[in-house]
Amino acid sequence: MRPRKAKKIVFKSAEEMPLMICSVGHQTHNLTGAWRNIRPEIDLERCIKCGICWKFCPEPSIDVVDEWPVIDYDYCKGCGICAEECPTKCIAMVEERK
Amino acid sequence: MSPEAKKEKKFALTLPAEELMACGHLACQGCGATLAMRYMLKALGQKTVLCIPACCWAVIDGPYPYSSLDVPIYHCAFETAASTATGVKAGLEATGDTETTVVAWAGDGGTFDIGIQALSGAAERNDDIIYVCYDNEAYMNTGIQRSSATPYGAWTTTTPVKHFKNRPKKDIVAILAAHRIPYIATASVSHPEDFVKKMKKAKDIRGTRFFHVYAPCPTGWKSRPEDTIKLARMAVQNGYFPLYEIEDGEKTTVNLKLKERKPVEDFLRLQGRFRHLKPAEVAAVQAEVDARWERLMRSCAG
Repeated sequence: MRPRKAKKIVFKSAEEMPLMICSVGHQTHNLTGAWRNIRPEIDLERCIKCGICWKFCPEPSIDVVDEWPVIDYDYCKGCGICAEECPTKCIAMVEERK
Repeated sequence: MSPEAKKEKKFALTLPAEELMACGHLACQGCGATLAMRYMLKALGQKTVLCIPACCWAVIDGPYPYSSLDVPIYHCAFETAASTATGVKAGLEATGDTETTVVAWAGDGGTFDIGIQALSGAAERNDDIIYVCYDNEAYMNTGIQRSSATPYGAWTTTTPVKHFKNRPKKDIVAILAAHRIPYIATASVSHPEDFVKKMKKAKDIRGTRFFHVYAPCPTGWKSRPEDTIKLARMAVQNGYFPLYEIEDGEKTTVNLKLKERKPVEDFLRLQGRFRHLKPAEVAAVQAEVDARWERLMRSCAG
């Protein structure tokens, strides 16, 4: 899985702010997985490794680990595109249990 | 397939593996615009500068000092996407950098309505930029107001059901083709391979290149988030949003030839913004789509 630095940058004073307008980090501290109320679960038995879920993920929160698709639940917003587009329907959207 | 053979099988990547868009961005669930950005950056690579006016992507990217993208971004005023990109390109050339691609990335409001004079000026000067319009057919960022990209019959907050929009969508590609710029293409998020192929082709062309990308918006279209790709694919398959490219304002090539077009009604019925349409109005939409398709076929033939 890609390394993701989930770190929030805090400037204690105005002097600490960079003078140039530049990006100093990703939005990865924003764990958008909290938005989700249904979660995709991949049944790897039926997965044919077609790459369609990876291709159509808008986050992108589907990674390829050892040639298998793996969902990063920290960021998946639960839109359900992967489940809808999966040709073997091996991705099920199940209700989030709290 | 045996479990061993399956274990050996490679995960099929039909797009470049490089990922320049990071997680944690602020798009709604099932956003088509983020997919468009992801595919574009996959095609163009790291040596890219983006100029983004006020549009959904100005928000999706995240507040300062964060950014969801691994490329430099210049947030500019609403009407100046094309002219800012021109300036950035001129600045890069003055420092001796001729490799970097400069992209103006605007929504349909910033292209069809507010940004059209800057875009027309840049196209007329044939400045060396790529202009991408991701079209979600209204001002989605500010709360679903009508734009001139909104199609006939659609509900928006400024065209309510009683007075739905009764004018067709502006043909921006024909306007740009009249400028005789080197390359114009339409693309859809449901056909990313086609989009990446066209973007790579455009990268090697000099001059103004224009992309019209169809990006469904579940929030504004009142559709289900999981239907984003399905809707974009239906729009391509029923001729509502044909995939074609125009070189030098004249040579038109249709990339996806359709033997048989599906009726437009199934596409309309999946979206809440068209729920109020009566059969006669659906027939009007179908007639408009047919006329547009005929026009495209004629321009393609000669």
